[in-house]
Amino acid sequence: MAGSRGRGRTQFSFSVDALGFGRGDSLPSTAHTPSPLFPPMQFRPVPLHAGEEVDYMLALKQELRASSKNLPFHIKAARTKTDVARYSDKYQNGEPKNNCIEWSPDWSRMPKELCIKVRKPRKTVIGAKPQLTRKPKVAAGKEEVLQKLETLEKREEEQHSEEEEDEEKKKQNEEEEEPDADEEYDEEEIEDETDYIMSYFDNGEDFGADSDDNMDEAVY
Amino acid sequence: MTVQEVRLCGLLLQQHFGNVVEKVGTHLIRSGVLTLRALAYETKLPLDLVKKSLCVLVQHGMCTFGAGRRGPAGPVEYRINCESIIHMLRYPRYIYTAKSLYGDTGELIVEEILQRGQMTMSSTVRTVADRLTNNMPEGQSMDYSEVVSAFSRLVETHFLQRCPPLASAGSSSSTLDTPLPAATQPTEPESHPDCYKLPYINLTGQGKRRRSSEGGEADQRAAKKARTDNSECGDDGIHWQVNFQRFHLHFRDQAIISAVSCKLDQSSSEIVRTMLRMSEVTTPAHAAFTQALSSNEIFRALQSSYNIARPNLDQYLSLLVDDPMEFVGKTGDSGGGMYVVNLHRALANLARATLESVVQERFGSRSARIFRLLLRKRHLEQKQVEDFAMIPAKEAKDMLYTLLSENLVQLQEIPKTPDYAPSRTFYLYTVNQLPTARLLLQHCYKTVCNLIERRLYETKENKRLLEKSQRIEAILASLQATEAEAAQLTEVEEMITVPERQQLESLRHHINKLDSSENQVDESIFLLESYIKSTQASR
Repeated sequence: MAGSRGRGRTQFSFSVDALGFGRGDSLPSTAHTPSPLFPPMQFRPVPLHAGEEVDYMLALKQELRASSKNLPFHIKAARTKTDVARYSDKYQNGEPKNNCIEWSPDWSRMPKELCIKVRKPRKTVIGAKPQLTRKPKVAAGKEEVLQKLETLEKREEEQHSEEEEDEEKKKQNEEEEEPDADEEYDEEEIEDETDYIMSYFDNGEDFGADSDDNMDEAVY
Repeated sequence: MTVQEVRLCGLLLQQHFGNVVEKVGTHLIRSGVLTLRALAYETKLPLDLVKKSLCVLVQHGMCTFGAGRRGPAGPVEYRINCESIIHMLRYPRYIYTAKSLYGDTGELIVEEILQRGQMTMSSTVRTVADRLTNNMPEGQSMDYSEVVSAFSRLVETHFLQRCPPLASAGSSSSTLDTPLPAATQPTEPESHPDCYKLPYINLTGQGKRRRSSEGGEADQRAAKKARTDNSECGDDGIHWQVNFQRFHLHFRDQAIISAVSCKLDQSSSEIVRTMLRMSEVTTPAHAAFTQALSSNEIFRALQSSYNIARPNLDQYLSLLVDDPMEFVGKTGDSGGGMYVVNLHRALANLARATLESVVQERFGSRSARIFRLLLRKRHLEQKQVEDFAMIPAKEAKDMLYTLLSENLVQLQEIPKTPDYAPSRTFYLYTVNQLPTARLLLQHCYKTVCNLIERRLYETKENKRLLEKSQRIEAILASLQATEAEAAQLTEVEEMITVPERQQLESLRHHINKLDSSENQVDESIFLLESYIKSTQASR
């Protein structure tokens, strides 16, 4: 603002050549549009590293991403059924439920308020189970209950060893279950105290929606 | 937490744990500290889902909890640890390092513990043995003792550590001897004296192969019996987690060694490697330089395969000391000369090299020359820049203004008169390394976010095609299992047309490129983060 005002002369306070353009040069044209989203780059980027190490880490990264989707830590919200409530809803057990957790953390390391029911994994048994020892329906989750189940399970193991021969004769297609104390708990048969085995019931919703894989395994 | 960091955390949480955890996590990052009820209310999610998400985050060490503002009687407050979420970007590098140091067993141990957050020693050993057994040829199986020895080696070198104990469990305890640590000060794992002590477990046996359904009753019964003595191993409640700091120190050492070998030669890098290995356990994590080592000790510790004679060693050491990069410094003359590795200075030099290469690749080598000049000479006027850099005035002006607009160069005004008259003020250009490093770090986070989003976009665009190819692969696999004829196989393969195949191929190529770029940007992130942390530690 201050500048020596010569009498009758106007003088700018900075010399013009310090600005970077001369007297006669035109100023750069005004921009009428926003700058482009991907402006053309002046210099091409350097190519990526290549080599065995890089390939291995790439494969590791992709594997980790794929396998983390199958772990119980990947939480999906339970679908809220918007249409008519169906009778089969009671017996559909494959969907995740909001109020149970699919893995069993060490509750002593977590605050008490986070404790929720631990969900027992559903065994997909195909074929008749010979021994249907009806255990009393137990409330799931808390540690005291787990201990009770452990004692029950030990009692059942004695029965189990007696009925080994029966088991060997029937064909079973059991998947490996998690190492929980009450693994003998026949959830699918005892739940809601029906006489029907859950896997026998199919309300036809999945017909046609299945993919074509695994056609060699019979599904009832 | 900057905008880019929050965005990156959200994307990483979504990738690994799903949308629910992402929503809970980002809300908690933005709010700072919250109680469970407040979190459920503000995110409008059902309380059980919020509980599950918090369990997942606490399990992985990303969320800490403690007594809130109302003291031990009040509700528990939760806060997120952003750094550990961003570490998820680096998991492949940790696993690869474990593989290169401890073989396949070490690799699988670290991978299991990283994926599950915390694990007990016995469950880790069992899972890893089973996985290794599945990969071995039929009839062989992995013995537990081998896995246990790999685990103990990882603990001895501090790559794994025990999870820090809680002062008391949750908020329900009434009589406390030690008050629950406030949410602001989490217990450091290193403060626990037994941090690296292995528990005594009696675990003998071999890995079980996962057999197909025809396998047999006996095996299943044996599997059931084995699992009933799950809790009898004697290490209940002792959980192990990966010690990220130790891995970072290892990466830092690797960076220094490779820098020395690039700048000087292989033998000097071997000498620096020996010096760093000798001071691995004696140097604390944030030290500015390693312990002083005498030349005699270094000579004795050098491996004979390097074939460096005693006088050569002294020459190499003096070369290293005289080098302008200042990796190694001399602190005394006893014992043939006492030498240290200057860790913080090495990190600063590595960060500076990163900044210079960024400017070079984006703006050209002449701009890079100006940038290096300003780093060295600190403050320069415009005329001086043109003279020292030997660049014509007009172009130098142009480049300086471009760098200024990108915030890589700052302008400092020094007035001669109290009114800042432009003709009577010095305008000096300058580069400050630390703020510029922080700026570039934020750019790196933004880059990774953009890469992830682009990959998600590409996957979404071609979702139909990807699903089709997965289905066809599954059909092919089942056909091959039942040994179908070649004609059937080709018929199924032809269900994907040639242009679709090309599209799939290019999609795979793009996704690989994007993933690979993420890994590479992460290397820069690591360097810049370590540099910034080292300057903060030395303050």
